[in-house]
Amino acid sequence: MTTTSRDEILRRVRQALGDQPGTTPDPTTIPRTYQTTHATRTPEQRTHLLADNLTDYRAHVHHTDTTALPTTIARLLTDHGTRSAVIPPGVPTDWLSATTGIHIHHDHGELTAHQLDTIDTVITGCALAIAETGTIVLDTSPDQGRRILTLVPDHHICIINTPTQVVDSLPQALPHLDPTHPLTWISGPSATSDIELDRVEGVHGPRTLDVILIHDNRD
Amino acid sequence: MSRTHLGLPTFPQAARLSTRDEQLRANLRHATSTIRTKRATATSELSDWPQLRAAGAAIKDHTLHHLDHYLEQLETAVTTAGGTVHWAIDADDANRIITDLIHATGESEVVKVKSMATQETGLNEALTQAGITAYETDLAELIVQLDNDRPSHILVPAIHKNRTQIRDIFHTRMGAWGRPAPDDLTDTPADLAEAARLHLREKFLRTKVAISGANFMIAETGTMVVLESEGNGRMCLTLPDTLITLVGIEKTIPTWRDLEVFLQTLPRSSTAERMNPYTTTWTGTTLGDGPQTFHLVLLDNGRTDTLADTTGRQALRCIRCSACLNVCPVYERAGGHAYGTPYPGPIGAILTPQLHGTTTPLNASLPYASTLCGACYDVCPVAINIPEVLVHLRERITQGGPTTTNGTKTTIKPAKRHTTERTTMRTAAWTLNHPAAWTATQRLTTRTRALHPRRLPGKTARAWTATRDLPPVPARTFRDWWQHRDADAKDTPQ
Amino acid sequence: MRVALFVTCVNDVLYPDTGRAVVTLLERLGVDVDFPTGQSCCGQPQYNTGYRHQTEPLVHRYATVFTDYDYIVTPSGSCAAMVRDNYPKIAQRATAEGRESGLSRAAAAAVPKTYELTEFLVDVLGVTDVGAYFPHTVTYHPSCHGLRTLGLGDRPHRLLQAVRGITLRELPAADECCGFGGTFAIKNPDVSTAMGHDKITHALTTGADILCGADNSCLMHLHGLITRQHTPLHTVHLAEILASTKEHPYTPATKAGNLR
Repeated sequence: MTTTSRDEILRRVRQALGDQPGTTPDPTTIPRTYQTTHATRTPEQRTHLLADNLTDYRAHVHHTDTTALPTTIARLLTDHGTRSAVIPPGVPTDWLSATTGIHIHHDHGELTAHQLDTIDTVITGCALAIAETGTIVLDTSPDQGRRILTLVPDHHICIINTPTQVVDSLPQALPHLDPTHPLTWISGPSATSDIELDRVEGVHGPRTLDVILIHDNRD
Repeated sequence: MSRTHLGLPTFPQAARLSTRDEQLRANLRHATSTIRTKRATATSELSDWPQLRAAGAAIKDHTLHHLDHYLEQLETAVTTAGGTVHWAIDADDANRIITDLIHATGESEVVKVKSMATQETGLNEALTQAGITAYETDLAELIVQLDNDRPSHILVPAIHKNRTQIRDIFHTRMGAWGRPAPDDLTDTPADLAEAARLHLREKFLRTKVAISGANFMIAETGTMVVLESEGNGRMCLTLPDTLITLVGIEKTIPTWRDLEVFLQTLPRSSTAERMNPYTTTWTGTTLGDGPQTFHLVLLDNGRTDTLADTTGRQALRCIRCSACLNVCPVYERAGGHAYGTPYPGPIGAILTPQLHGTTTPLNASLPYASTLCGACYDVCPVAINIPEVLVHLRERITQGGPTTTNGTKTTIKPAKRHTTERTTMRTAAWTLNHPAAWTATQRLTTRTRALHPRRLPGKTARAWTATRDLPPVPARTFRDWWQHRDADAKDTPQ
Repeated sequence: MRVALFVTCVNDVLYPDTGRAVVTLLERLGVDVDFPTGQSCCGQPQYNTGYRHQTEPLVHRYATVFTDYDYIVTPSGSCAAMVRDNYPKIAQRATAEGRESGLSRAAAAAVPKTYELTEFLVDVLGVTDVGAYFPHTVTYHPSCHGLRTLGLGDRPHRLLQAVRGITLRELPAADECCGFGGTFAIKNPDVSTAMGHDKITHALTTGADILCGADNSCLMHLHGLITRQHTPLHTVHLAEILASTKEHPYTPATKAGNLR
């Protein structure tokens, strides 16, 4: 039956396009006169813009370097009142070297949604971040893990290496991303505009988003 | 094609009541004015907005002009990536396919991400009849479902409710569907969002089947794209074992790169954000991550008929941002329910009559539900010339002409309801093209001006004079003055 | 420079003072303006209601009547927009249907020389101070077709700002439609009235005595609501303000004996 619908839909499409020349489509003919980035920025300016835009959408932005990263993570976990946290398999163990008194779950694909619902915090890296929109992209690489990890716990700590993981704009981000992996694009914590078309933060996704920017080339 | 609404009032009949609903007017005025200002700010951040808009329109037109090619490419890519593709010719076809897929899982409840396509097909009602309970998980859809109401906006289906009304709905109705709202629930948006979080969480954690729509389908990779804010989308797209995605065929775009346009224009046009909080993209299935079974149902339901109309097909560019609703002065006063279909506002006024024909009184009234002010065209991120299509559809109604219905080319007759108007327009056009007749008509008008009352009898005239005085008719027409101005020069200083 | 006035059918019968004001204004600025009497209507009411075929003879008439002129000036944004935006579409559609019969040439001839009044003043004549005097408090409603289809921008404001004695007040939500919309006012009277009332409410908040516009059809709708409500507000076409001088001040006298 679905074969019939398939053939009929394609027949209708072809009939409907009777006015169009039946040539092989060439998407390169689409005019793309828009900009690939909306400003020329130094790496510092780019990271600064990312931090501003993340903050604008109520993410908490923290600055540190690789050496101080474990301390920063430990402090954020304490401040949040975290009792248990989960990390994907590719997160370096030294990230948690300053953390004590918290139960750490190492996910190897076995934690269920119900189990994750009892875990306070997830700590991950990211694929890249986009300055102009204040967006972090996760691509399920080993330091980010399964999508469920960054969804069910109510607190997400995401670590971004600057300037290497920061791009200016969407047109600059897409070539770096592999669509065959499931991707999650995050711009601030969960929010809704469904009540009187005004934005409020905090619905189903993590309600607290801590972003740690690592600056190692700072003088 | 199964969702015809023979019994529904026409747009003006519905608007007669809704324009008098002061609470509704206040809610809509508040919400639309808030978002209008924010959208203007969000779009002004991008100096290349006109170029992004043109590229968005061009990508969509290109895809539509080669839709058969891209649909087949999409089907191949999705199948290769582990998904199963189904094709649905109409609403009943889609509902049957989805019902069968759910039955095959042995489950009797599903969680849903907000989807215009499932509203269009009436999926929830079909699932109820098949003994399947569908839980809406978008906050506004949840409000509408709990209240047994109808959506009134594409993006924010409960826009017609204010926070106090939402609080009352949560209080009285949540318990019947699952975890009740807390007794001390206030009407602050944060508290309302928290109540929805708690109510839905148990459903997310236990439900094995999810139903979604998609904002974009990428033909070259077979990738689905869903933009959302709350995280309910991520829950539905990640936690269940089986994911069924129903998407209109026009949501196809050719390449991964094309997202660089729409991910800039869609969030800014809809929620007026630089970027929405969450976007999920997935391609088929991924071992060990997310649903292990993925079905894509491609929906026609009048889209190919719309594609056959060379003027009207631009409506298929629509990316459902709802910017046109938010700027529309008619929508703001009449409200979304007056449009009587899942697609309200200016885009609905051109989409519904094309998808489902102009035979019902309601659908035939929709192309007239506009002053042609053009605010919708201005804000449209894919440059749909809505006023142009509205006028085109008015012509289809008044004059008839060639059209395509259920894939068959046909010629429709002029609508009977417009017989008097048609005669008037013909007479007027003839008079205006014959100077002697036009001058005579003018003379008659001015000479009988003392007889013209300020209010007139008759249905048409009453529509004007019930609230408005008629303009007084001056003693002389302009041309009369012009032809005698030299002779009059002494009398008239000008 | 051969300049013709396209007064429009509505102004011809119902608002002759607006036509006279345009003649007065242009002649004061040294323009020799003509009024070819073969003109009638641009066809907008027919076209927008769905009677495209009935519009075609009026496209021919418009092009023929104004053949001998370099400029066609009209005190109506929506009629100018009808010619410039829709005449080419009407010709294209007729061609696609195999009924071209000279419509393309007619449209091509008419479009480039059709100017809305404020465009003609600012762009062609290069003036913003037209020597007007109008000692009243005024707020300006930019009608939709002038605002969006023609893109008149700040031309009307620049002209009004240069008027002596005038007090200009900014209209809140100015870019929102007044609710007229041609047959919309008849087919959707409740929404039309609601929009008109909101427009009038906004105008009243400015404290202006005069609600000025560049399209008498919109003003006809608003004026009809205003007089029914007995609201202390008058509607005046922009041309009549620009024509007004100290020597020959604006007077609504010929509009109707029982007005104001």
